[in-house]
Amino acid sequence: MIKVEGLTRVYGSYTAVDDVSFECLPGKVTGFLGPNGAGKSTTMRIMVGLTPPSKGSVTIGGQRYSQIPNPGRHVGVLLDASAQHDGRTGREVLTLGAMAMGLPSKRVDEMLALVSLTPSEAKRRIKNYSLGMKQRLGIAHALLGDPQVLILDEPANGLDPAGIRWMRGLLKAYADRGGTVLLSSHLLHEVEQIADEMILIGRGRIVAQGDRRTLLASAGPAQALVTATDNDTLAKALTAKGFHPQPAGEGIRVDCAPVDVGRTALEAGVVLTDLRTGGAGLEDLFLQLTADTQREGTL
Amino acid sequence: MSAPVPAAVPTLPAVTHATPVPFSRTLKVELRKSWDSRAAFWLLVAIGLLVIAVELIATLVSGLQDQDMAWGDFAGIAGFVTSVLLPVLGIMLVTTEWSQRTAMTTFALEPRRPRVILAKALVGVTLTVVTVIGAMVIGLVCNALYAGLAGHSDWHLGLGDMVGFLIYQVLEMLAGFAFACLVLNTAAAIVIFFAFTYVIPGLIALGSSAMDWFDKLAPWIDFQSAVGNLASWDFPDNGVAQLIVSGLIWLGLPLFFGLRRILRAEVK
Repeated sequence: MIKVEGLTRVYGSYTAVDDVSFECLPGKVTGFLGPNGAGKSTTMRIMVGLTPPSKGSVTIGGQRYSQIPNPGRHVGVLLDASAQHDGRTGREVLTLGAMAMGLPSKRVDEMLALVSLTPSEAKRRIKNYSLGMKQRLGIAHALLGDPQVLILDEPANGLDPAGIRWMRGLLKAYADRGGTVLLSSHLLHEVEQIADEMILIGRGRIVAQGDRRTLLASAGPAQALVTATDNDTLAKALTAKGFHPQPAGEGIRVDCAPVDVGRTALEAGVVLTDLRTGGAGLEDLFLQLTADTQREGTL
Repeated sequence: MSAPVPAAVPTLPAVTHATPVPFSRTLKVELRKSWDSRAAFWLLVAIGLLVIAVELIATLVSGLQDQDMAWGDFAGIAGFVTSVLLPVLGIMLVTTEWSQRTAMTTFALEPRRPRVILAKALVGVTLTVVTVIGAMVIGLVCNALYAGLAGHSDWHLGLGDMVGFLIYQVLEMLAGFAFACLVLNTAAAIVIFFAFTYVIPGLIALGSSAMDWFDKLAPWIDFQSAVGNLASWDFPDNGVAQLIVSGLIWLGLPLFFGLRRILRAEVK
């Protein structure tokens, strides 16, 4: 479990992280979302003791990171996949990690297999790795010590679509086993499919947090997007019920929940070809919330 | 590589009791880092090859021209080469963590940073001792070759010479190490080290000849001449005290401020 309390980091007159508090629970994947420069990486560096905080504290399993004995066995960390020695081989990077944590060398092979780096790829030097391969190696390094907590900064960066899906499955399974996962991203769609909890951060401040449903509920009144074989009839039926349908592309946008549209269509005997929620998606909410913090400067 | 694989992390036996990372393990890891990258590996190979090359040339030239050489002389020639390259090794041990940004991983796995730096210093000392012993063995072989070429030989190598020579090399390496901790940048540390070795002694000599009071002060701040006494194992009055005082100034201060910087540094 990760507990962040009143965390603040100031650089001169610039506040990178401003009074941030949240918790990441075991068995859950927590998504840490924000535009570039929002303070995600700074927060994560403070978590693992690489950056001293100006104020506030972070504990992992009740302890400050620097007090955890052999921290690699408790907390898996991937802060920057590119921060590896160019002249070392992938296998060597993992070997050093395993040595430092006091693990048998067969663990290195297990991890290489887990992230699908072939023996010949593992023998190559990092200089010749693509970002996706570095990312896989970084995930392998984070998982080396079989930790209970994972802290991953932009782990999907550079992974191909299959790789992103693979990682999603991996982290989900890891959380289902009781692990705590915190992963950051500036891309919402990467996170919204996997995260149980989301923390939205903008300009160093948390602007919203909660699960997907809570966040969506705060995104504004319900809307539906619908396409029918006979749009005009459906629009008339919706208007008769007091809603306000508007043409949108090939279909209609209407200010009610999809369930109301479905019921109306059933009553009017119209065949629907597409019906979905048209409310501001998380993406819109995300942009809107983070844009707000930028307009107002400070909240 | 793109095919999805079953996503299950192989488990390890749970950590039953919390044991901090023992220093011996940190030391082992740091020792491995001193040769496991391409640049580090070739630096070590280059030191070895240069020593051998210089020694062979010295053997041939002195043997054929029948100059008087002793085992100690050969060791001294090797020492000149290593006194330039070992500090570079000491510098690289520290600065690559920053230039390659591996310090993030290193300090995440061992947050007690002073232990990591101490391990690195010990690795530097270990490699220096190995190199010096290696240089002496090469000197021995070259002295034997010289005996064959010149028809006579001198196997003199005083114990004092050897110990002094070793300490001299260790201190020069540590000077590089200390500057590296201070600036955390390979190029800058190397420039500072060479300025310290070749420029500062000249400036001190200049100051001594111009000002009387400085002439009296100079031996206490001139590390290079103090450490030179070590190599020749011949100390003037106060020689040892001067070595300690100048050593504290040129090694102690940069190391102190460097360590302070590393302990407080934000690692990115």
